[in-house]
Amino acid sequence: MSRMKIERKCEILEKKQLGDAIYMVLGVGDIVSTSDTRPGQFVHIKCGHSRLLRRPISICEWTGSRDGDTLAIVFEVRGEGTAWLARREAGDFLDVLGPLGNGFTIQDGPYLLVGGGIGVPPMLGCAGAAGGSSTAILGFRSKDKAILLDRFASDCANCLVATDDGSLGYHGFVDALVRQELGKERHYQGVLACGPKPMLKSVAKVAEEFGVPCQVSMEERMGCGVGACLVCACDMADGSRKHVCKDGPVFDSKEVDWDA
Amino acid sequence: MPDVNLSVNLAGVTLKNPVVVASGTFGFGREYSQFYDLGELGGICAKGLTLHPREGNPAPRIAETPMGILNSVGLQNPGVDAFIGEELPFLRRFDTKVIANISGNTPEEYGIMCEKLSAAGVDMIEVNISCPNVKAGGLAYGTRPKLAAEVTEVAKRHAGSTPVMVKLSPNVTDITEIARAAADAGADALSLINTIRGMRIDVNTRRPVLKMNTGGLSGPAVLPVAVRMVWEVAQAVDIPILGMGGVAKGEDAAQLMLAGASAVAVGTALFADPFTPLKVRDSLAEIAGKQGLSAVSGLTGGVKPW
Ligand SMILES: Cc1cc2nc3c(=O)[nH]c(=O)nc-3n(C[C@H](O)[C@H](O)[C@H](O)COP(=O)(O)OP(=O)(O)OC[C@H]3O[C@@H](n4cnc5c(N)ncnc54)[C@H](O)[C@@H]3O)c2cc1C
Ligand SMILES: Cc1cc2nc3c(=O)[nH]c(=O)nc-3n(C[C@H](O)[C@H](O)[C@H](O)COP(=O)(O)O)c2cc1C
Ligand code: FES
Repeated sequence: MSRMKIERKCEILEKKQLGDAIYMVLGVGDIVSTSDTRPGQFVHIKCGHSRLLRRPISICEWTGSRDGDTLAIVFEVRGEGTAWLARREAGDFLDVLGPLGNGFTIQDGPYLLVGGGIGVPPMLGCAGAAGGSSTAILGFRSKDKAILLDRFASDCANCLVATDDGSLGYHGFVDALVRQELGKERHYQGVLACGPKPMLKSVAKVAEEFGVPCQVSMEERMGCGVGACLVCACDMADGSRKHVCKDGPVFDSKEVDWDA
Repeated sequence: MPDVNLSVNLAGVTLKNPVVVASGTFGFGREYSQFYDLGELGGICAKGLTLHPREGNPAPRIAETPMGILNSVGLQNPGVDAFIGEELPFLRRFDTKVIANISGNTPEEYGIMCEKLSAAGVDMIEVNISCPNVKAGGLAYGTRPKLAAEVTEVAKRHAGSTPVMVKLSPNVTDITEIARAAADAGADALSLINTIRGMRIDVNTRRPVLKMNTGGLSGPAVLPVAVRMVWEVAQAVDIPILGMGGVAKGEDAAQLMLAGASAVAVGTALFADPFTPLKVRDSLAEIAGKQGLSAVSGLTGGVKPW
């Protein structure tokens, strides 16, 4: 039988503001060392007693050590649950389930890592896993929303930024930069992407044009987070409906029905 | 505290404890088996099956509401044959009762499924006549006594010696009418409640949160409705009841049992805490023990109405 899944109380070891987002490091016992933690996986976090449903948040980076593993998450306040989470302080404990789902499949790089907005943090884990040779293309609405740039600069061979308003880097969307990079024949192993669905759709389209494999991290509203309740349906190109929490959140872009 | 006997009898099926998991919230057990031994559960109501595979409704299929959730999964399932071939053997590895849950478009479909499941050796068949999330059949059977009786009769005729439990909808004016119809048609047990139809609207986009616009409400918010309905049904029929709707702790389960349930199911509460059924079981035993009972079954029907 497969490994025991873990639900436990995790201490917030560190909390800091990162642009509009909050970066938190959680002390997670031996969650990392006893599981096959991969970038693109998520944790399901209980956000107070009055909210029944946990909130899925991607793993940004992690460490495993004998003194206890850590997981870092980065999140934005979107509603009541994330607002509750944002009020927690270092020293508080969170009820965490995970790591859950299938992350990105990464062999030796280089990869083209594409992140948009709050989809940027999980790509940092990919940068590490791909071994430093990758190129990151990060999209933000404006310069003041840009986060983790120094981290990507040190973990990647190359880091390009696009902003919707042109206040930093390329003026426009990331898919234009993806086209530019894939045109350079750098022999990318693949494109890995996380961000809003319209962004994923256009990145997937460009990757397909160039014949480069593309993995995307999808979002859907969740219940159980483990594959039992079937609420987190994602429409597939073959007409079936898979489940983001268990079959994903990372899918091969060709599997996904982008017109759903 | 003296040892309290946890086992209960549900229509001739002995459950080692009165806590089962509710259909559709536990899949076919594989996922939660990674958290604990499924043999700790009194029983497992498997995800609702249909004769043919179904992909269900488009997402979003879930919305959070005050102390509850709305769902509109729409009976996504691999079909009864795949269940028997691939899922049942897995469930059989655990020392717990397996209750198959079925929905049909016609009485004939219920009949065919009962025949297959009975031959496959499930411990009980839960006949869902109350799914609010499918257009054909489903809820219609659960809101009209005549149709409920017809489906029950057909199910019984095809289920052989496997006990048939009919799952009732709360979306009716008088639930005792349907309960009596099912009981008179030969149901061995009743389970209630299924979800209550509801809706949530995103004020900013003016769109319903669920893609299907409406869905079924479950979770702690529905507990008082479930307790009331179990109480009404218990007075109307002589067959045992599996009570469910909003159970999150031992006290909730005890309420349903006092109202007349022989066993209880835990559903939505699993999403917050996968260990809820085990906690409910332990706390039920404690409640029964504190009340001087030697068996939790002593709670059933024990309410003292004013
Ligand atoms: C696999 C996955 C990974 C994610 N990773 C991150 C991350 O790293 N950082 C981050 O800031 N956000 C992430 N999100 C989005 C995050 O889950 C939502 O912003 C959050 O659930 C909103 O909760 P709320 O209570 O603040 O909002 P509310 O709108 O009050 O939430 C109401 C309900 O809708 C759900 N919901 C609302 N928006 C989303 C959404 N976009 N995706 C899924 N469920 C939603 C909530 O979980 C809750 O059940 C991720 C989502 C998924 C599916
Ligand atoms: C996501 C979800 C899926 C469900 N699917 C089914 C189903 O397939 N068949 C069924 O009879 N009931 C189904 N139900 C109803 C539950 O079995 C139960 O009757 C109801 O949720 C009330 O219990 P609860 O409040 O403990 O969840 C489903 C409920 C939920 C939340
Ligand atoms: S959230 Fe329950 S199956 Fe994905």
